[in-house]
Amino acid sequence: MERHRKKTSFLSGLAASLTLFAGALTTSASADEQFFPLQSYRVGPYAAGGTGFFGGTIDYFNLINSRDGGVNGIKLTWDECETQYEVERGVECYERLKSHANIAAWNPLSVGIAYAMIDRITQDKVPLITINHGRTDSTDGRVFPYVFPLLLNPYSETSGIINYIAAKEGGEANLKGKKIVVLYHGSPYGKETIPIYELLSKKLGFTVQQIEVPHPGNEQQAQWLTIRQAKPDYVVLRGWGVMNPVALKTAQKTGFPADHIIGNVWSNSEEDVIPAGDAAVGYTAITTQASGAEYPVLQEIVKTLYDSGKGNLEDKKRIGSVYHNLGIVNGILNVEAVRIAQEKFGKRTLTGDEVRWGFEHLHLDEKRVADLGAKGLFHSINVTWDNHEGDGRVTFQQWDGKKWKVVSDWIAPDWKLLRPIIEKSSEAYAKEKGLKIRSAGDADKVTSIDVKGESTKN
Amino acid sequence: MTNFDPAFFVEVLVGGLLSGVMYALVAIGFVLVYKTSGVFNFAQGAMLLFAALTFVSLVEKGVPFALAFLVTLAVMALLGIAIERTVLRPLVNKPPITLFMATLGLAYVLEGSAQLLWGTQVHGLELGIDDKPFIIHGVLISSFDLFAAAVAAGMVALLAFVFQRTRIGLAFRAVADDQFAALAVGLRLPVIWSAVWIAAGFVALIAGLLWGARLGVQFSLSLVVLKALPVLVLGGFDSIPGAIVGGLLIGATEKLAEVYLGGYVGGGIESWCAYVFALGVLLIRPQGLFGQRLVERA
Amino acid sequence: MTNAYDAQQSRGLLPAWGYLLGIGVVAYGIVPLLASDYVYDAILAPFLALSLAAVGLNLLTGYAGQVSLGSAAFMAVGAFAAYNFNLRIDGLPFILSVLFAGLTAAGFGVVFGLPSLRLKGFYLALSTLAAQFFVEWALTKFDWFSNYNSSGVIDAPPIVIFGVPFSGPSGRYYFALTVVLLLSAFAARLVNTQTGRNFIAVRDNETAARIIGVPVFKTKLLAAAVSSFIIGIAGILWAFAYLRTVEPHGFNLDRSFEILFIIIIGGLATLRGAFLGAALIVVLPLVLSRIGTLLLGGYFNSGVLDMSQRILIGALIIVFLIVEPDGLAALWIRARNRFFGALTSRRPAREVTA
Repeated sequence: MERHRKKTSFLSGLAASLTLFAGALTTSASADEQFFPLQSYRVGPYAAGGTGFFGGTIDYFNLINSRDGGVNGIKLTWDECETQYEVERGVECYERLKSHANIAAWNPLSVGIAYAMIDRITQDKVPLITINHGRTDSTDGRVFPYVFPLLLNPYSETSGIINYIAAKEGGEANLKGKKIVVLYHGSPYGKETIPIYELLSKKLGFTVQQIEVPHPGNEQQAQWLTIRQAKPDYVVLRGWGVMNPVALKTAQKTGFPADHIIGNVWSNSEEDVIPAGDAAVGYTAITTQASGAEYPVLQEIVKTLYDSGKGNLEDKKRIGSVYHNLGIVNGILNVEAVRIAQEKFGKRTLTGDEVRWGFEHLHLDEKRVADLGAKGLFHSINVTWDNHEGDGRVTFQQWDGKKWKVVSDWIAPDWKLLRPIIEKSSEAYAKEKGLKIRSAGDADKVTSIDVKGESTKN
Repeated sequence: MTNFDPAFFVEVLVGGLLSGVMYALVAIGFVLVYKTSGVFNFAQGAMLLFAALTFVSLVEKGVPFALAFLVTLAVMALLGIAIERTVLRPLVNKPPITLFMATLGLAYVLEGSAQLLWGTQVHGLELGIDDKPFIIHGVLISSFDLFAAAVAAGMVALLAFVFQRTRIGLAFRAVADDQFAALAVGLRLPVIWSAVWIAAGFVALIAGLLWGARLGVQFSLSLVVLKALPVLVLGGFDSIPGAIVGGLLIGATEKLAEVYLGGYVGGGIESWCAYVFALGVLLIRPQGLFGQRLVERA
Repeated sequence: MTNAYDAQQSRGLLPAWGYLLGIGVVAYGIVPLLASDYVYDAILAPFLALSLAAVGLNLLTGYAGQVSLGSAAFMAVGAFAAYNFNLRIDGLPFILSVLFAGLTAAGFGVVFGLPSLRLKGFYLALSTLAAQFFVEWALTKFDWFSNYNSSGVIDAPPIVIFGVPFSGPSGRYYFALTVVLLLSAFAARLVNTQTGRNFIAVRDNETAARIIGVPVFKTKLLAAAVSSFIIGIAGILWAFAYLRTVEPHGFNLDRSFEILFIIIIGGLATLRGAFLGAALIVVLPLVLSRIGTLLLGGYFNSGVLDMSQRILIGALIIVFLIVEPDGLAALWIRARNRFFGALTSRRPAREVTA
C-alpha cells in the first residue's frame, strides 16, 4: 500500500501542475509598450556567452526605460525564456512568446534557433535579428525581408580578417606567397566561409589550407601537428565554445606563436581566452564592438543601474566584456530601429512590420553613434531594404592576459566582392522555396495591423 | 601528404599516445564502476565536471591548492556514498539498461547542481606546469602531456596496489568475479559499492584537473566521456589494463588517421574513426581486447 | 531486459479496433477543437515525431533486444534523404520521397546493424555510436546533402499529398498524425505476427531461438531495417512538420538519448509506452518551466530556475526508474485495472504486480 499511495500523490501532483500550466498560458500586455521576447540561455555549454549578451541587451533596455522613460514614452518590456542553446527549446519559446502583443523583434543569438525561426517570423511579419551571425545570404533583403544579420555576416568577417592581415603585412600586395591556415569548427557554421577563403586566396595570391576540428573540439593534437608541419604565417581560428581555449593551448604546446593566431567573431570573448591562461597572451581577434567600460553609454549603465543594484550581470567584473558590449550594441540597434520607425509611423506601439521598416532604415553614422554615447564602442551602421547587414566595420583586439586591447583602426570588409556570391545563394533559396524576389516598392508596403494569429492560413 | 617524413610520423604517433593516456584516465573511472557493480556509469563525465568545478571554485576563493584538493576529494567521497544510497541500492538487480538510464538522470542532477552551486562562468586552471614543448631528435613532445602521463601511471599504480594488496581490493575483486559468492561469504556489497564510487570520484577528480587544465573548467568538460567510450569498446568494460592499452591505441590511431587519411576525405574524421576502429577490432574479438568473455545466460 | 509487458497485456477490456477508433476520434475530431497554434507547433509536433521514433526504437530495443544509441542518426538520414529525393527527382510525389527516405534509412539500419550479429549488450550499444557520429559528420562534410546551402541547413519543402496541401500548424498536425497512426498500426500488427514473435525469441534467448528454427541473423537485420525505417520517417516529421529548418547537429547524441529515455520511461516492448514516454518527455520540462517562472520567476533569474529544473528532471528520472521500472505503460495498465476492478467488484483495489 505504501507504493500505492506514492503513485496517487504523483498523479494528483501531475493534475495540479496541469492546472497551473493552463493558468500560466495566459499573458498580459499593456498598450504603451514595445515587447521584446528574449530567447536567452543562462545554462548549458554556452551559458557564459548568453548571460553576457542578454545581460547587455537588458541593461540597455533598462537604461532607456529608467533614463528616458522608454522610447518617446513607449516603455520597453521583455520576457526571458531559457533555451539552453537548444533548437527545440528555442522553438518552444518562440511558440510560447509569439502570442504576446506588441512584439518588436526577436533576438535569439543562436544560429540553429534563428534558422528554425525564419519561416515562422516571415509569416508573422516580425523581424529576426541575428547580430554578427546567422545565414550569410539573409543579408539579401530582397529574399529575406524579416531577417537581419546586423553589423557582420560570416563572409564580411572573412574579408575583414584578410584585410587586417594584409594591413599587418604592409598592404595587399605583400600577401602574395604568404600561407594562411584556417582552423574551423566541424559544423555548418565552421564550414560556411570555406569558399570565401578560397576566393580571396586566388584573388590576392596567398595560399590557404583549411583544417577541420571535429565537434566539440576538445582534442586538437593532430590538427596542430599538421599546422606545425605546414609552417603557415598565420592561423585563423574559426572556433566555437571549448574549441577556442584548446586551440590556444595546443598551439602553445606545438610551439606556434599566439600573436600569429587571428580569431573570428565567435572566438573573441574573455571566455575563449581565460581558460587558456598564458597561452592566450598575444592572441588577436576580430570584433564589431570594442570591449571595456569607458564608453559614455556604459558609464551611464553603471551609474543608473549597477550602482543601485539593478544591473543584470551578477558579476560586476563582466561589465564591458565582449559579450556584454555586444549585448549593449544589440540593444542600441533594436531601440534605434524602433525610434526610426516611430518617426515614420507615429510615437506609439508599433507592429512587427513597422519595426522591420525601422530596421531597413537603420542609418547610424558616426555622429549619431557618438550622440548615443557609443563613440568607439562600434563604428556605424547603414541598413537598407536590400542590404540587411548594414556595412558594419570591424576592429581587432589583442589579449594581454588580463583584458582585450584594440590594436587596429575600423576596417571595412570588401562588400562589393561578396555581394554577388550572397545574391547567388539567396536567389537559389528563393527558387527552392518558390519565393518572389522583393523590390524596393514592396519594402515600403508596411502592415500596420497585427497579423499574428492569422498565420494558420500560411 | 606527398613526401613521408619519419620524424613527423613519430611526432604524431607520440602525440597520439599521450592523448590516449588522457582518454584512458577517463575510461578508468568507467571501468572501476562497471567491473564491481555492473553499472555503465554515464555520469562519469558529470562527476568530472563537478569535481573540477568544485576544486577550481575553492582555489579561486583563496583556498590553498592542497587543501582544496582534499576538500574536493571529501566532497566526491560523500557524493559517492550518496549515489550508492539513493540510486544504486534501490535499483539493485535491475537490468543494466535501467541502471544506465539512471546514471543519465544522475548526470543531469550533477551538471545542474555543479552549475547552480558554482555558476556557469568559464574558469582557467593552471596546475603550475609550464607547457613549453621540447624537442628530441626533431620530434616535438609536450611537457604537460608527459606530466599527465606520469600522473596517470601513478594513479594506475595506486589502483593496482589497492586492488592487489589490500583487503578492500580483495573484496572488490571478489565482487567483480561473482556477486552472489561474495555475498555468501559475508562481504557487504553496499560498503564495497560505496568504496568503488568513492574511487571513481577520485579518478574523476584527477581526470577533471588534468582535462580542466587543457580545456578550461567549464560545462564542455562533461563531453570528454565521448572520447572515453571507444576506448572502453576496444579495451573491454571491465579491464583497467584494457582501458590503458585501448586508450593508447585509440589515441595513436585517431591522430594518425586524421593526419594521414583525413586529407583524402576532407578531415575531421576523428569524431567517428575511433569508433570504427574499435568496431573493427570487436568484430574479431567481441569482448574487447582485455574484456572477459561473457558466459551466455538466458 | 524486462519483458513483463508483452503485446498480450496491452489488450484490455475493449477490442483493439475500439481503441483505434477512440484514438482516431480524439486525435482527428476533438484535439483540433481545443488546440491552439502553440499546442500544435510546440507540443503536438515534437510529441508525434518523438513518439514515432520511440515506436521504431522500441521494435529494435524493446522487442528484439538490441540497445541502440544511434537513433538520431537514422532520423537524420530520413530527413536529409527525403529532402534530397524531393529536390532532385522532378515530379516525384512527396509521399514517395518520404517512402524512399524511409527505405534509405532502413538500408543504413541494416549496414549499421551488421555488428549486432557478433556483439551483445553495451558493446553493441556503443558500437551504434559509430553510426551516430559518422552520419553527423558526413551530412556536415558533404555539401551535396544540403544542396550546397552555405549554412548547411535544409528547409522543409511544402507538404502536398495527392494534390492536397498540408500547410499551417493544423495541416502539419494532420499529416504527422496520419503518418504516426499508420506506422504505429503497422508496428502493432508486426509484433503480433510470426516475425514479431521471432524478435522476442531472439531477445529472450538467442540459442533457444536458433534451435527452434528462428532465422536469427535474418531476424536481427529485419528488426534493424524496420526500426530504422520508422525512425527515418520520424526524422522527416521532426524536420518537415516540426522544426522546418534543420542542421545535421540537430540530430545529435542528446536526441538519441532522449528517444532511449522515452522507451525506458514509457516501458520497453509496449507501443503504448512510446507515446506515454514521449508525452512525458515533451511536456514535463514545459510544465516545470512554466510553474517555475510563474511561482518563482520574481525571485530568481531564468538560469537558476533552469538549473533547478535540470536537477529535478534528473531526479524524477531516477525516482521513476526506482518506483516504476516497467514504465508508464505498466502504470497505465495498473491504473486501468484498478479502476475497472473497483467498478466490478466494489472492493478496494489491490496491487496487480507485487
